[in-house]
Amino acid sequence: MQSIRSLDDFQTLQKRLKVDTAKNLPVIVIPASTCAQASGANEIIRVAKREILQRNLSEKVGLRITGCHGFCQMEPNVLIEPRGTFYPKVGMKQMARIVEAVGKGEVLEEYLYRDAKTGRRIELARDIPFFARQVRFLLGQNEKVDPIRIYNYIANGGYAALARLLGEGRPADVIEEVKKSGLRGRGGAGFPTGLKWEALARQDGRRGKVLVCNADEGDPGAYMDRAVLEGNPHAIIEGMLLGAFATGAEEGVVYVRAEYPLAIKHLIIALDQARKLGLLGKNILGSSLSFDIDLVKGAGAFVCGEETALMRSIEGKMGEPRQRPPFPVERGIEGKPTAINNVETWANVPLIINLGAEEFARVGTKNSKGTKIFSLVGKISNTGLVEVPMGMTIKEIVHEIGGGPENSVPIKAVQTGGPSGGCIPATHFDLRIDYDSLAEAGSIMGSGGMIVMDEHTCMVDVAKYFMNFLQDESCGKCYVCRKGTQRMSEILDDITSGRGTMEQLQTLEELAQVVKDASMCGLGQTASNPVLSTLRYFREEYEAHIRDRRCPAGVCRDLITFTINENCNGCGACKLACPEKAISGKKKEPHFIDMKKCIKCGMCRSVCKFDAVDVR
Amino acid sequence: MINLTINGLSVSVEEGTTILEAAQQLGFPIPTLCHMEGLTPYGACRLCVVEIGEGPRAKLVSSCTYPAQEGLKVRTASQRVLRARKMILQLMLASCPQSKTVQDLASKFGGIQGHPFRQEYEDCLLCGLCVRMCKEQMMSGAIGFRGRGKDRSIGTPFDIRSDICRTCGGCMYVCPACQLRCTYNEPEKAVCGGCQNLPPPCMEKFDDMSCYMDPCVACEICKE
Repeated sequence: MQSIRSLDDFQTLQKRLKVDTAKNLPVIVIPASTCAQASGANEIIRVAKREILQRNLSEKVGLRITGCHGFCQMEPNVLIEPRGTFYPKVGMKQMARIVEAVGKGEVLEEYLYRDAKTGRRIELARDIPFFARQVRFLLGQNEKVDPIRIYNYIANGGYAALARLLGEGRPADVIEEVKKSGLRGRGGAGFPTGLKWEALARQDGRRGKVLVCNADEGDPGAYMDRAVLEGNPHAIIEGMLLGAFATGAEEGVVYVRAEYPLAIKHLIIALDQARKLGLLGKNILGSSLSFDIDLVKGAGAFVCGEETALMRSIEGKMGEPRQRPPFPVERGIEGKPTAINNVETWANVPLIINLGAEEFARVGTKNSKGTKIFSLVGKISNTGLVEVPMGMTIKEIVHEIGGGPENSVPIKAVQTGGPSGGCIPATHFDLRIDYDSLAEAGSIMGSGGMIVMDEHTCMVDVAKYFMNFLQDESCGKCYVCRKGTQRMSEILDDITSGRGTMEQLQTLEELAQVVKDASMCGLGQTASNPVLSTLRYFREEYEAHIRDRRCPAGVCRDLITFTINENCNGCGACKLACPEKAISGKKKEPHFIDMKKCIKCGMCRSVCKFDAVDVR
Repeated sequence: MINLTINGLSVSVEEGTTILEAAQQLGFPIPTLCHMEGLTPYGACRLCVVEIGEGPRAKLVSSCTYPAQEGLKVRTASQRVLRARKMILQLMLASCPQSKTVQDLASKFGGIQGHPFRQEYEDCLLCGLCVRMCKEQMMSGAIGFRGRGKDRSIGTPFDIRSDICRTCGGCMYVCPACQLRCTYNEPEKAVCGGCQNLPPPCMEKFDDMSCYMDPCVACEICKE
């Protein structure tokens, strides 16, 4: 790889690469992100490579290994370009046949995606309901780009925004463009990115300025940032380069959690390639811009996603927040002015420069522009990453893109924003999602986790789960957050085990309010959201636990009993499944649960096909 | 000079003054626990919270760390502040009921008698005074924080005596919670004053007091 020393050389290279890729050959695209690899993508890649060689198709069929496309439910899947044929859940044998069919230009009808509602086979990815309703600005690039090949990114128009600005742009224009686009921080708080940059650009730069990419994604059930890091690391590098051009920063740091080995690997490769090509380092593309990016691995503390704690962690100290002011933009890492943005925010920057602020701002609502990636998980048919325009209703996301509930149990609520977010009940699913509407509803946008829960989920139990998470993950520096989460968890534990009192419920509410009010950092200030939002929408469930000693959803073990009703036909499935041998009964006769032995694990209920196990 | 108003009274202070210092100038009482003159502000106990700003943007901040800003409107005893303060003191009483400092604060600010939580007997509030004392005043840094969340604690590396610890006792001197430590966990002997009758061993040996403890607890460490 030869270093590029001038803008002209870069443009020549880009033109040449674009011609190379425009041959219009069919290309087999296989996503191989962490999630795809876990479901066997590596095997099907091996089969695809072997088949292409054995059938002498190397000149006729291309193969591209990319990052996550988003449809996790259907992993490992294969996309055939340029038509866009989509094959879900591909096995090794199927892969061999798919290669053969692509070689002949055929489509294998029997392997195509089958719509659960209509039963029809759908060939093209863009016609599948899961993809059809999305606006895939960022995830769409994941399909096009091989993350470990920088030329691939450049051929798809990568680094063109940077080259154009280095040639003719002024830093102030970039900031103006980002401000006009209305981009807000995708990490959760939603601070306008343009304003943050402007503040950084205005700072005295004698000691140097730092840009940080916050990739410490710690919410349970959220993995949007991982998908972008693994699938398109150069978009982040380009975003940070544009930020450096705009603000005059010379140092960059990507703070990524060590639990993302593939993301780290792809980032290291991408940084290395960008450095070799002269896109990072001194005098980038022969201009006066100098910028380099360091990779710092986080040791797995949730609180290090908070910006002041993150900075301390980068400095090598204990990850503890401090009260602002001074803001990081005034005094950040080692005293240098620092701007911290989320992965998704950085990835949006090249897009804004390429599309233009006005075009970008056309998508979204009045105060929230562009798209947002959500990780749709839980009791839903189509789990995966969905990228939707701001302002889409929860109903559309859950029922149209997500395909509704996983089984016959209706959906009760969605939880957005991870442990700091709140639950929104099904009656409020007409809510248009943006930063402000979610905050009004008692939740937050957060980094974009969206956990769908059905009627078999106990909301008190959910609050308890998150409070347990938070009492472990609170840094422990400020007393209110540390002791407050412990005490909230204690009260919730009492309530779910049938020891709760109405006085405790009132204490819980007061305590939650004080923790929200008086905590030092964002973690503590949002730590009560799971409690407050479930109290707001599901108070009757709390009261049922306390007054009637009953768990309406049938989850809290101390408050439920399992019985077998007359639907039982004596198949014996529950008897086999019971770990305590608490179920007795003759074959083809109704069975019976011995309460003394029952440990209320719920295995019998989950294996019963006839709805014969009741929970009360 | 920076002009701000505290509880409706205007005050001008030098740049770099904290809200706490400004309020003290005017004589407004703000309870503090983890704050001590001579140590860097830490802002962890949250007892000193005050309300700043107005309307929906009003928020609580710790006054010991928040710098005075031009035009800032501060309320040190609003409904919201009092509610938070009371809850924090109740939380402290629930965990460290034996601490004289906490008891005094609870009776002075809010007249709190009881609390709605399960009673615990912890001997540390993790206010960090000892850690800062050791590092900033004794120039040692023998103790520090470890762990996070409910597992956070203060101690020496690997829980063995640190090489740089001079057993000066500064940590115990500033501690608001562990004044009873010298009774070796025998509460019935608490504050017996018996140790005051013993001559400090260090006086005999060095002709000088060599630790911070007052009264001397006859630790006998200096005999070694």
